[in-house]
Amino acid sequence: MNHDATPSNTRSHDWKVHGYVAEYGDVDSLIHACEKVRDAGYTKWDAHSPFPVHGIDDAMGIKPTILPWIVLGGGLTGLLTAFVLQWWTNAIDYPFLISGKPMMSIPAWIPVCFELTVLLSAISAFLSVLVLNVLPALYHPLFNLERFKRATDDKFFVSIEAADPLFHETNTKSLLASTHPAALETCMEETKQAKLPIAFHYVGALATLLTFIPLALIYKARFAKSDAPRVHIVWDMDWQPKYKTQKQAKFTGFADHRTMRQQIPGTVAWGDDPDASPLTTGKDAAGNWINNFPLQVDAQLMARGEERFGIYCAPCHGLDGAGTGTVARRAEQLLAANKAQGWTRPASLVGTLEDARLRRDTPNGELFNTITNGKNTMQGYGGQITPKDRWAIVLYVRALQRAKFLPDADVPPELKDKLAGK
Amino acid sequence: MTSSTTTQNVLEQPPLVQGGLDFAGVTQTVVGVVESKETPKIWFALFGVSVILLLMLLGMIGHLIWTGVGVWGNNVPVAWGWPIVNFVFWVGIGHAGTLISAILFLFRQGWRTGINRFAEAMTIFAVICAGLFPGIHIGRVWLAYWLFPIPNQMAMWPQFRSPLLWDVFAVSTYFTVSAMFWYLGLVPDLATIRDRATTPIRKLIYGLLALGWRGSARQWHRYERAYLILAALSTPLVLSVHSVVSFDFAVSQIPGWHTTIFPPYFVAGAIFSGFAMVVTLAVPARALFNMKNLITDRHLESMNKVILATGMMVGYAYSIEFFIAWYSGNALERFTFINRAFGWYAWAYWIMVSCNVLAPQVFWFKKMRTNIPVMMVVAILVNVGMWFERFVIVITSLSRDYLPSSWGYFSPTGVDIAMFIGSFGLFFTLFLLFLRFLPMVAVAEVKNVMDQAHPSHH
Ligand code: HEC
Repeated sequence: MNHDATPSNTRSHDWKVHGYVAEYGDVDSLIHACEKVRDAGYTKWDAHSPFPVHGIDDAMGIKPTILPWIVLGGGLTGLLTAFVLQWWTNAIDYPFLISGKPMMSIPAWIPVCFELTVLLSAISAFLSVLVLNVLPALYHPLFNLERFKRATDDKFFVSIEAADPLFHETNTKSLLASTHPAALETCMEETKQAKLPIAFHYVGALATLLTFIPLALIYKARFAKSDAPRVHIVWDMDWQPKYKTQKQAKFTGFADHRTMRQQIPGTVAWGDDPDASPLTTGKDAAGNWINNFPLQVDAQLMARGEERFGIYCAPCHGLDGAGTGTVARRAEQLLAANKAQGWTRPASLVGTLEDARLRRDTPNGELFNTITNGKNTMQGYGGQITPKDRWAIVLYVRALQRAKFLPDADVPPELKDKLAGK
Repeated sequence: MTSSTTTQNVLEQPPLVQGGLDFAGVTQTVVGVVESKETPKIWFALFGVSVILLLMLLGMIGHLIWTGVGVWGNNVPVAWGWPIVNFVFWVGIGHAGTLISAILFLFRQGWRTGINRFAEAMTIFAVICAGLFPGIHIGRVWLAYWLFPIPNQMAMWPQFRSPLLWDVFAVSTYFTVSAMFWYLGLVPDLATIRDRATTPIRKLIYGLLALGWRGSARQWHRYERAYLILAALSTPLVLSVHSVVSFDFAVSQIPGWHTTIFPPYFVAGAIFSGFAMVVTLAVPARALFNMKNLITDRHLESMNKVILATGMMVGYAYSIEFFIAWYSGNALERFTFINRAFGWYAWAYWIMVSCNVLAPQVFWFKKMRTNIPVMMVVAILVNVGMWFERFVIVITSLSRDYLPSSWGYFSPTGVDIAMFIGSFGLFFTLFLLFLRFLPMVAVAEVKNVMDQAHPSHH
């Protein structure tokens, strides 16, 4: 499209004058023209060239840009950010002690301070060119001129906008004509900006809505509770090629294919007593369960037993030994919801008034043996708990049993008040 | 006009733009390549090979991620191996691009305009290749974001006193700044392509990329300011990047690494290797796309001078390292250097010395500096030598450090080799696409240094 001074093919109410554009063939004429326009006092005008022309800033009277100050601000922000970031993360929030250096080890922070200063300065320089130059601006009335296409190739232009207060249809034109341009044209612009096709609005609205989906998912993931196990995209070390207990070993190294190895004959487990004694077996020389304790009973042993019981037994048997630990309760829930089957309840270690089997009829040695080797569906804990600790647990179980059905008379007076107060 | 002007006045140099080109001629020479419907056959051949190598690289990366880093030859005591050698090699190559675009700009070296676009592209692609290796070297690549200080559910932060972390910041800053610098330089040239475009697709794509640039003097004013500032920022940046890379070694306690000469020595080596790469690429590219009027023999000669100078610096560093090892009186240091020159990897050491120190010496002679086959051979030798330099540094020091009981000979696996070759596939794929679809010479900047660009009455 070529819009001359009198556009014949365009209806006048659609188009208005954007300004006059003069073309020059070389740098010298451009500079002369610029000086003339500058001296005439115009403000809304510009020169266009395929490369930055030396001396044009003076010829046009362009004031130095504020861009360097913006860059300075960006650089200082980068410096401060880097310093605060390193100080906060490595000295305050998660103090790192590295080769005995002080927490505030400024020399070691210099590289990152430097890099972030440069990074933010460069980003602000880059963004400032765009913002101060009002770019991107994919449309401009000057692009309507076919001739103007050579502004990025080998021609030079001066454009004076109609919006300039000094603009005058004939005076401005003759001013430009007096600079001996190679060509002089009127640049037209459409009065009404073309409307964006309606489809763009829909697409835009849809795209905006879609961006909320990831946000909503993140929100849900952070704040909603779920029974499902965490999604593992990469398993890392949660999954390792290894054999677990109660599984069959496929490889031929073990003739019996058991993954859980039996104790090798003639060896002694760490912490075990190599010589069978009541302490390690719970039996006397005749092979009967002992009902006393093969080690000294004192408050210390009781405290130890309480602690170990809390760790090893309470999850199933409960802190009071009644058989309602967290594992047991969880199992009941799953059973009720039909999500599990084949569960055996942990026995109540204290029993009931009628059922005093474990309380009265089971000797200490047998309880000890239950812990060591397990019983029925309960597995043994001999491998995890040392014999002395096992006896400590037996002692504590006895204490729980006693406490449950304690005759009133046996309760110490100071505790009586406490119980009554409850 | 040719460069063989045997002028009496030694200061008078051949013009930077030859063949009597005017502004439009320069545009046509460069942009014509992008617009041309005919792609040279050799381009397709090279591109095909590069893409195959790139696919091989991707396959190898997949294999590595699936199987684990055990597919490489890295193992204690040489836990760094080729991936780090390749990383330092590639990041070093990148440095010439920034040097040409930024440092020579600050020194007002007009001759840089013929090659800066080209060299900056090389920088960006080389840094991409470089970033790849530490990225996959971390083993669990899906956790690469742990390198950055991102608040996380583990309530942990990176360790800011580690050179490896400085490296993360230095290399990513370097890449970002180089990319912005490059793109900013491209905008006016993209506008040129937009304005000459004849097909709607080209108009659309280059039009979007050109951001509506109009070449207005007010725009140029801010543009030049920003360009100058970016150059001024890139100059210390480029020096810092390879210094930080050298800290990865120098801050550790390994004999042969723990030396103060490392930062300047690494920077000189980086510039050396980078210029060699620019020559290696520029010579065939200018022949292929008829750019001899813009990338002239004078450009090549200047670059060869830089290669000679930096080669001497590198040679100086090699000898001073030996001297200090002896002068320190430290038995381990002494052993390390004797071991470098005469131990298991003596062959690598002598390849390095001959390629990096001896080969560039031919550039003392102008005949050699301006002879195309000679400079191609030397440039390629320097590329080889600089790879071996990093190999020597990484491998010899690690394979025999303190305790003889924990010495071990390193050999690469096929995956190591395939990945290194594949990284060239990545580099050349990007580079060939650049040559074909973007203006390989900075059109606006070249016009700026032509005589016609200077107003006569000023
Ligand atoms: C993983 C859950 C679990 C843990 C932990 C556990 N038990 Fe049991 N225990 C059971 C179950 C289930 C039974 C019932 C076994 C059956 O009758 O099949 C049981 C039964 C018992 C019995 C009764 C045995 C009998 O003679 O009927 C005693 C005593 C006992 N446990 C003691 C302990 C002690 C002491 C500990 C801590 C060292 C312990 N248990 C840890 C699940 C557990």
